Amino acid sequence: MTNMMTHRYRRGEMHEFRAVEQDFMYLVSAGAIFALDEAASAALARLGEAEMTHPELVAALEEGGYGRADAEELIRELRLVQGIVSDDVVPAPAPLLTPPADFPLQALVLNITNQCNLACTYCYEFGADKIATPAGKKKYMSIDTAKSSVDFLLEQSRGRPAVHITFFGGETLMNFPLLKEVVFYATGQAEAQGRAITFSLTTNATLLTDEIIDFLSDNGIGVTVSMDGPPDLQDKRRVYKNGKGSYAVIEPRLRKLIARHKTRAITARVTLTDGVTDVIRIYRHLKEDLGFHEVGFAPVTASGEQAYSIGADGMEGVLAQFHELADEWLAYALRGQMHGFSNVSETIGELIQGHNKSHPCGAGLGLLGVGPSGDLSPCHRFTDADTHSLGHIDSGIDQAKREDFLSRGHVSAKFDCSTCWARPLCAGGCHHEAFVRYGDTGHANLHYCDWIREWTDTCLRIYGAVSALNPEFLERFAERKAL
Amino acid sequence: MKHLRPLNKKAARIGEMAASVTEEEDVVALQQSPGPRPHVPMGCTLSFSPGWEVDAGGGTAGLCQPVERDIYDCYVTCFWPVQVPDHVNYSPDWASNCAVATKDWRNLDIVFP
Repeated sequence: MTNMMTHRYRRGEMHEFRAVEQDFMYLVSAGAIFALDEAASAALARLGEAEMTHPELVAALEEGGYGRADAEELIRELRLVQGIVSDDVVPAPAPLLTPPADFPLQALVLNITNQCNLACTYCYEFGADKIATPAGKKKYMSIDTAKSSVDFLLEQSRGRPAVHITFFGGETLMNFPLLKEVVFYATGQAEAQGRAITFSLTTNATLLTDEIIDFLSDNGIGVTVSMDGPPDLQDKRRVYKNGKGSYAVIEPRLRKLIARHKTRAITARVTLTDGVTDVIRIYRHLKEDLGFHEVGFAPVTASGEQAYSIGADGMEGVLAQFHELADEWLAYALRGQMHGFSNVSETIGELIQGHNKSHPCGAGLGLLGVGPSGDLSPCHRFTDADTHSLGHIDSGIDQAKREDFLSRGHVSAKFDCSTCWARPLCAGGCHHEAFVRYGDTGHANLHYCDWIREWTDTCLRIYGAVSALNPEFLERFAERKAL
Repeated sequence: MKHLRPLNKKAARIGEMAASVTEEEDVVALQQSPGPRPHVPMGCTLSFSPGWEVDAGGGTAGLCQPVERDIYDCYVTCFWPVQVPDHVNYSPDWASNCAVATKDWRNLDIVFP
């Protein structure tokens, strides 16, 4: 009671960055980005050297040539946004609130088959690090399970004007007849309820036919092609069971797809592995030679040192090339043009919204996966994995398991994340990646922390530059993740 | 806001909230909800003496002595950690910035042991 405190200001939790010779701050507790004028930068710089009382800070600013009233106003602004804080009270740790049991679904990933005609060596579903336990389970989803899934989605998404279904596999097109039926059924059911439904699928493109391409185009179905690049890189690991590469088979099909399917974006999803790290060459080939609208890259998910894992040197090379493409992205943005490097576009979209994630993604929240046998899972990466089943389409969500999964994956449950400034967008990283690497979906993906921070900083600097030099361009991104 | 320019949607919302704060309350009655900010009550309001500060009915009419006289009780029975400023021997300039109490009471600072 007698221990009175002198309140001193210190900097709030933030990441400062600089772009086009201006200063900005990213406020971590909010996910908010502000541009700082000289006075604000000066105030934060002084507080970076030492904590100060209010009169001390005012005096310091006056010394720097700012008027008293201006200094007071500045301090007030910084305090209101929590750019500077003076609370000596340590707040009790926020309770881990799991979302209510009736949190509305927004999307389902339907794993319509777990069979695949390729044997890509790094596959998370079939390779050395697989977690799926498909023995004794159905290989192809039945129409009844699929229809139940659609009904489930529409019922569990009450209140949402639009929902989404993604078709996945195995190789999705091995069950194309079911895909067609589901699209018809779901469209009809949604219309009857006065709601919108959209579709997408991921495929290896080996089974594309004219009929399929036309169907996808006529029904506005988004397409993601899992592909690793030009022939030598594609055929290194994306092979048939006999070891033969798949490039020659997919090339003509892709050209047709991109030429004829104009109603939705066609994106390429590249998995980077040892020896397949030439990001720029891959990007040029997929974007310019083949004509994909967007290309996204991800290093392979691996438990430790698999033969296909990228080593530390490999990752440095990858990141350097990511930076080159990021510079290009910025140049395009300043001209008002969209660039196809998804890794930047996605992050910029999230920064615009000011996301502040409680969980790394929507798995188990607005998104659920359904396996061919009807088992529910947090997402497609946990399909057919007994360890992570969240119920069954017929009996519904197992709320206890769902809450366990979500509370484990909450960013506040990850001690390593608690002081990291990049946590609003990262929240510890992919649940599946964590499980493969550390055996625990709630483990922070420590192996990526430095890269994530560096990458987020890169995207923030791009954001700062575009907001300063071509702010209208950012408004185009506001609708990127519509719904 | 003059010095901070919001650049994303979250910042815009914070900016709006900041702009709507016209008067910052630095004094709140404890009976009222102090608001969302952490509120640290100062001084002897951290302890509560029922019967002394309020009577059985929750008012002050039935107290054995009025609260205005409680400074004596406070320091004699050692509620205060330091001597009462008495303008002569102890903290003689405690009220030097407080010419008109109704306006300048904020300038009365806490006395430390």
